[in-house]
Amino acid sequence: MSVLLIAEHNNKEVKPFTLNAITAASQIDKDLHVLLIGSKADDVAKSLSEVPLVKKVLHIDHEIYENYIAENYTAAILKHADKYSHIICSANTFGKNLMPRVAALLDISQVSDIIKVISPDTFLRPIYAGNAFATVKSNDEKKCVTIRPTSFEAAETTGGSAEIEKIDAADQSENTKFINREEIKSDRPELGTARIVISGGRGLQSGENFKLITDVADKLNAAIGASRAAVDAGYITNEHQVGQTGKVVVPDLYIAVGISGAIQHLAGMKESKVIVAINKDGEAPIFSVADYGLEADLFEALPQFLEELNKLNTIQK
Amino acid sequence: MKILVAVKRVIDYNVQIRVKEDGSGVVTDNVKMSTNPPDDNAIEEAVKIKESGKATEIIAVTVGEEKAQETVRKALAVGADRGIHVKVDGIIEPLAVSKILKKIVEKENPDLVFMGKQAIDDDCNQTGQMLAAHLNWPQATFASKIEVSDKSLQVTREVDEGLETIEVNTPAIVTCDLRLNEPRYASLPNIMKAKKKPIEQINASDLGVDTKPRIEHIKIEEPPKRKAGIKVASVEELVQKLKNEAKVI
Repeated sequence: MSVLLIAEHNNKEVKPFTLNAITAASQIDKDLHVLLIGSKADDVAKSLSEVPLVKKVLHIDHEIYENYIAENYTAAILKHADKYSHIICSANTFGKNLMPRVAALLDISQVSDIIKVISPDTFLRPIYAGNAFATVKSNDEKKCVTIRPTSFEAAETTGGSAEIEKIDAADQSENTKFINREEIKSDRPELGTARIVISGGRGLQSGENFKLITDVADKLNAAIGASRAAVDAGYITNEHQVGQTGKVVVPDLYIAVGISGAIQHLAGMKESKVIVAINKDGEAPIFSVADYGLEADLFEALPQFLEELNKLNTIQK
Repeated sequence: MKILVAVKRVIDYNVQIRVKEDGSGVVTDNVKMSTNPPDDNAIEEAVKIKESGKATEIIAVTVGEEKAQETVRKALAVGADRGIHVKVDGIIEPLAVSKILKKIVEKENPDLVFMGKQAIDDDCNQTGQMLAAHLNWPQATFASKIEVSDKSLQVTREVDEGLETIEVNTPAIVTCDLRLNEPRYASLPNIMKAKKKPIEQINASDLGVDTKPRIEHIKIEEPPKRKAGIKVASVEELVQKLKNEAKVI
């Protein structure tokens, strides 16, 4: 049997986490088919067909799929699910919303947010905000699995030439209507995939003070993250939140500024390769995971940090 | 309008969990337990809707062992009218919970079902979506704002790109984000009053739902520990270390 991966996209481009999920799916079974559900998404179908790990692209194109609605996606997936041993997608807000609806209708106990494929039925996944790792074996005949994207490399995107098969749409749900999506456009790297992330917490004290973070982010070409406290206080919008109920990031460098380091925040960043903590409270738990800790007032340290960065001849981008 | 709110008893979010040495799970004996945090937001939202005059009754339901009743009692203390405790021992997966909740929905006929978007113990993020699937109801997940109309809801959802707004017809399932509202504390008089509110006990086995786990937990272990870092004395030293030692900038 083959595995079926559900692609996330915006009808123009494949979303990057789909490429990480493709890598994980191919570790379960090499015969990997990708299901693309969209509207006027031929360009997406073409780019998916060029991913060498993809053996076939199933493309459903219909105007009812212009916006992603879990109810409509689920009906489309169920129409084509029976030929597959596994149904897979990324464990971001896209897949978290979608997969349980599919799993329930197939009477499958879903395995959420895996960080490692041990065998086609056995996976490693974090529980308790990453404070424990569980090795779990699914005894369902068919499996629904969501992938923590940052735990797998992104698949190569060129060199493949998979067949694209057009398949039929399913019925539309009458009970859910898309109204709008407020996407904040930014030239900065995406938080989930950035090489460097600088995050601010309650210590910033106001939204205006986040400019100190922004200035350093601009210099380092970094994405901007935040603790839940900073988002709750309205300093910055929700899509920046890093943590158990926000995003999980694994950059080469994570700089936590004015963040005390609650376990819920650590859950979202402690796998980062190098962690820097800047905090005036020397006892803050963030220092327990930091490779380099600086006990200092951030309002003095951040401008100095920028000044020191400016003195460097080169900065890796 | 009748609102059913599902709540779960979990290890308190402030507790640093410990993994059992035999790899069978995490230590729960003598550990502080609480209501799953986003379930508190679900209860709060239901109470606010009732206070605005748009809902007539709030029923809090939990699925779990004897002590899980504490979470229902807490929901009653902040404004739920009555409770249901579906008793089941041992590990119960979201799929089975969703099937049990479907039975409760069929019995109670609520217009809305609220619950937290994920439980902070197993971090599955499944139950609400699964319940919506079983009932063939619309789902509005990760809600940070809910506007109730006569036959529909407008829900603002927190998604990776920012905020998304959808409209769902009722009956519907909403899973709540922590930013939906600020849960209130129960006052002492209300805690006392809650003791008199009814909690109906039902055995899961009487509902005809198969609760046998489909997923085997082979091993629970501690994650790899990070090696201890160092404190630097100045910003200058920090930048030098990042440049020359860690080589990340």
